[in-house]
Amino acid sequence: MELDREEERALRGEKGEALASAYRILAAIGEATGAKKLVPVKWAHVSGVNYNTIGDAGVQFLDSFSREARVAIRTTVNPMGYDMNHPEGISEKFAEKQASIVRSYERMGVEPSFTCTPYDVFDMPRKGTQVSFAESNAAVFSNSLLGIKTNKESALSALASSVTGKAPLSDLRLDEGRNPNVKIQADFDFKSELDFGLLGYFAGKNVKGSSVALAGVDSLSRPQAKALSAGIGTSGSCGMFTLGNPKAKEKISFGKEEARKIKDELSTADDGDVITFGSPQLNIEELNTLANLTEGKKFKKRCMIFCSRAIHNQAVKIGLAGRLEKAGGEFMCDSCTCLTPYVSKENYDSVITSSVKAAYYMNSSNKVGVALKDMKTIVKEYTQ
Amino acid sequence: MKISGCRKIVGGSGEGAALVSSQPINFLAMVDAKTGRITDEKHELFGRSLKDTVLVFPNAIGSSVGAYVFYSLRESGTAPAAIVCTKADITTASGCAIARIPVVDLPAKKPISSIKGGTRVRVDADSGTIDSNRQI
Repeated sequence: MELDREEERALRGEKGEALASAYRILAAIGEATGAKKLVPVKWAHVSGVNYNTIGDAGVQFLDSFSREARVAIRTTVNPMGYDMNHPEGISEKFAEKQASIVRSYERMGVEPSFTCTPYDVFDMPRKGTQVSFAESNAAVFSNSLLGIKTNKESALSALASSVTGKAPLSDLRLDEGRNPNVKIQADFDFKSELDFGLLGYFAGKNVKGSSVALAGVDSLSRPQAKALSAGIGTSGSCGMFTLGNPKAKEKISFGKEEARKIKDELSTADDGDVITFGSPQLNIEELNTLANLTEGKKFKKRCMIFCSRAIHNQAVKIGLAGRLEKAGGEFMCDSCTCLTPYVSKENYDSVITSSVKAAYYMNSSNKVGVALKDMKTIVKEYTQ
Repeated sequence: MKISGCRKIVGGSGEGAALVSSQPINFLAMVDAKTGRITDEKHELFGRSLKDTVLVFPNAIGSSVGAYVFYSLRESGTAPAAIVCTKADITTASGCAIARIPVVDLPAKKPISSIKGGTRVRVDADSGTIDSNRQI
């Protein structure tokens, strides 16, 4: 990858250690993805905010990086570990480390969005705009439904874009890189968002390239698109899907049997001790659906509803939050199900969720069992 | 055996016993940075430690936060000495750039199986070569 004179100087450390680190990251990604040059990006969305994901080494890295580094472009951040208004059950150590991470990002000048669904919270840029989104569901959603261009960035590559305002021009940032080589032919009666999550997880797992065509899916509601995007981002390296029936070299079938296999892999328990909704965080439409389903009912188990603070504030204003609280729902803002310290094997054996992404990380990282069920079934089985 | 013509992703050199897998790795979900071990029972490297090895695998998958895991491995003293990918990805490249772990891609015609698990391997990313000779 060719760097211009200013970029070379920054890489050599003439503009400080933080920018040198950022350019080292961009140079490595540029080599890996075969980029010829860097291009300006308008917006970075950074992951690596939850202490449970980046650990002590991450805390130290960000503390030192943020002493010098400042955002060069608009930068928003992923959820942190917990809702600071609900510190119940959160250890003092976790709270301290989490606060340090938040301070580091704020020192750099990020917007404290703490959301994995920037597309539900902010006005999105025009089609074709180059951004750097590390949150995988947001990258897939933005590429596929909004025509915004980003690779499936890593926490560190989005951070490098944030402080340099640049990203290597490669893969999904190029029109030719967005054409899928593989088509998944879905022959399946999709009934719920969960089914789209299963399709996404299957696609991510089986497609090696950056882009996949999905045939047999005509249109998607926003909740379905979120579930599909989150599934794709969880299991693989694919960062975009195209609907319809484009030509592709390779074809893979997705039917009942494939869906069942994925569900068997992720659903490791029949029942659970606690319900979590979110991953991705819920939007107003999803909260409304849940409120309608639970009207006049009450959850029999603890039920955590994860959403961004921006969405929660709106839900309070329009009375939606109150309806869900009446049904026993507990809102957890600024955080999400994946790797949340609210759910650990010390306090729960298993969790009930409708999210494929939550199921994956609850199994693998939180080490608790998962009963994976769609939202309607959860309300039917666990309310009275 | 010597493989040349590898693409340098992150410069430097490293030597260790080859730890080889044909399965991709989700570093956030499958690696314990403190011990350097693979914790996913379904992964063929389950229970194996990455420490001081030359890790040979296709590419990283899943979480974007996996990049931090490379840095955590370095800070915990459990990092691999070098990494060889079929096709290096953004997570591996960015994490290793910060952790200063040398990374190369295998040339297109060389499969993962070109490197035998357990053999002593030296990766020189700057010259794009992988040397493997001595059995250990």
